Amino acid sequence: MAEGVQEKVIAILAEQAVLDPSEVSLDATLADLGIDSLGLVETVFAIEEAFDIQVPFNANEPSQSEFDISTVATMVRAVENLIAAQK
Amino acid sequence: MRRVVITGHGAINALGHNAAETRASMREGVCGIGDLEFQDVGRLSISIGGQIRNYRPEDHFGRQELTLYDKFTQFALLAAREAVAESGLVVDEALSERAGVVLGTAGGGLQTQDENYRSVYEEGKNRVHPFVVPRLMNNAAASHVSMTHNLQGPTYTVATACASSNHAMGQALNLIRAGQADVVLTGGSESMLCFGGIKAWEGLRVMSKDGCRPFCATRNGMVQGEGAAVFVFEERERAMARGAPILAEVAGFAMTSDAADIVMPSQIGAERAMRGALRDAGLAPEDVGYINAHGTGTTANDRTECAAVRQVFGAHADRLMISSTKSMHGHLIGGTGAVELIACLMALDEGVIAPTINWRERDPDCDLDVVPNEAREARMRAVMTNAFAFGGLNAVLVLTAPA
Repeated sequence: MAEGVQEKVIAILAEQAVLDPSEVSLDATLADLGIDSLGLVETVFAIEEAFDIQVPFNANEPSQSEFDISTVATMVRAVENLIAAQK
Repeated sequence: MRRVVITGHGAINALGHNAAETRASMREGVCGIGDLEFQDVGRLSISIGGQIRNYRPEDHFGRQELTLYDKFTQFALLAAREAVAESGLVVDEALSERAGVVLGTAGGGLQTQDENYRSVYEEGKNRVHPFVVPRLMNNAAASHVSMTHNLQGPTYTVATACASSNHAMGQALNLIRAGQADVVLTGGSESMLCFGGIKAWEGLRVMSKDGCRPFCATRNGMVQGEGAAVFVFEERERAMARGAPILAEVAGFAMTSDAADIVMPSQIGAERAMRGALRDAGLAPEDVGYINAHGTGTTANDRTECAAVRQVFGAHADRLMISSTKSMHGHLIGGTGAVELIACLMALDEGVIAPTINWRERDPDCDLDVVPNEAREARMRAVMTNAFAFGGLNAVLVLTAPA
């Protein structure tokens, strides 16, 4: 399960960044991946669609959101927690 | 006064994917109206329209671009790309701040609204794509044209229903005359051929189920179309100095409001707009050889428009030609005046008058030379194009052959 989530999140980020999933490392930040604010909003939408969860994210203050977007790894962990909480 | 010329044009509509194809279809009297194809069309009582065939967005735009472009934006971008290429315009730093975009549209990103309403209301989804708002907003097309061509001057959208494009082009003319810009990309775009778009129009009972026959005694309503046309309006001295192709001069413009009825046209409002445009162009009625009519194919519009032309042009009304190209491309609502301006350019630079096709039977209330069914050759100095919108808003432009 955990690995499935990680693969899916990486695939979503890779598509948004127009990269191969193998180029998306777990410690990469959104800036490293070249994903801007509009891209982030689209990424959040894609994650919600893929996992059928609601992501608490406000584009006005991304850093204040409960959804930790610091790195790929924190996003994967956040998604796993949301899946567990919303089941 | 600063004068304004047209140095490029582009289009996509049911008659063609570019301006040259559009002109060829107009010359040949091609009917671009046919069976509509989109989701739920079977639940409509109106099933015909001027839909663009063989159009694949991914042939023209990348995936990321398409997440932001409603169809009305795509059409505007394609038409603008063609117009800019023809004009040979090079947008350097100096020009960028002196160049803008004024586009007409009535429905804006209606396809985006339709799809997403379906998704949340009918399919019960609780989540929509994050770009719904930037896709559906009425200024999306103008903004993307501005971004694509780096035009940093006055840029906005005009929404006056069926007169949107003519109002937009009049605004572009005035911006350049007033010295607020030297170049303006202008025209209009519409993409209303979707379930909700046609369903709303059905309610008014003004649509024809079998065809668009302007000025014909058998006419029974309008037929919708889709697409865009964009023109490069440019200050004349500047255009001449850089050796740009000059297709025509935008000689006059006027706009009026009937201030009477929200849907029924007023003859006097139309007359005032036509007279005003002639006055603005400094022309006499006798100078005009061709009028591209609003000519929707509804009982009320065509009768009122013909009566207004008689009043304004007097005896000359029997010598000029007037046609409605909506018979071929349908009514593009907010984009219609722009596509129709191509018929005006064709009259001036090719000497070919686009016909009113589907014409069968004389209507004594429309007893003008409506150029029935076949294009005609004629040389002339000036042409006029009419747009009379719901809401009683009228906008008329006059073009002249380049001096």
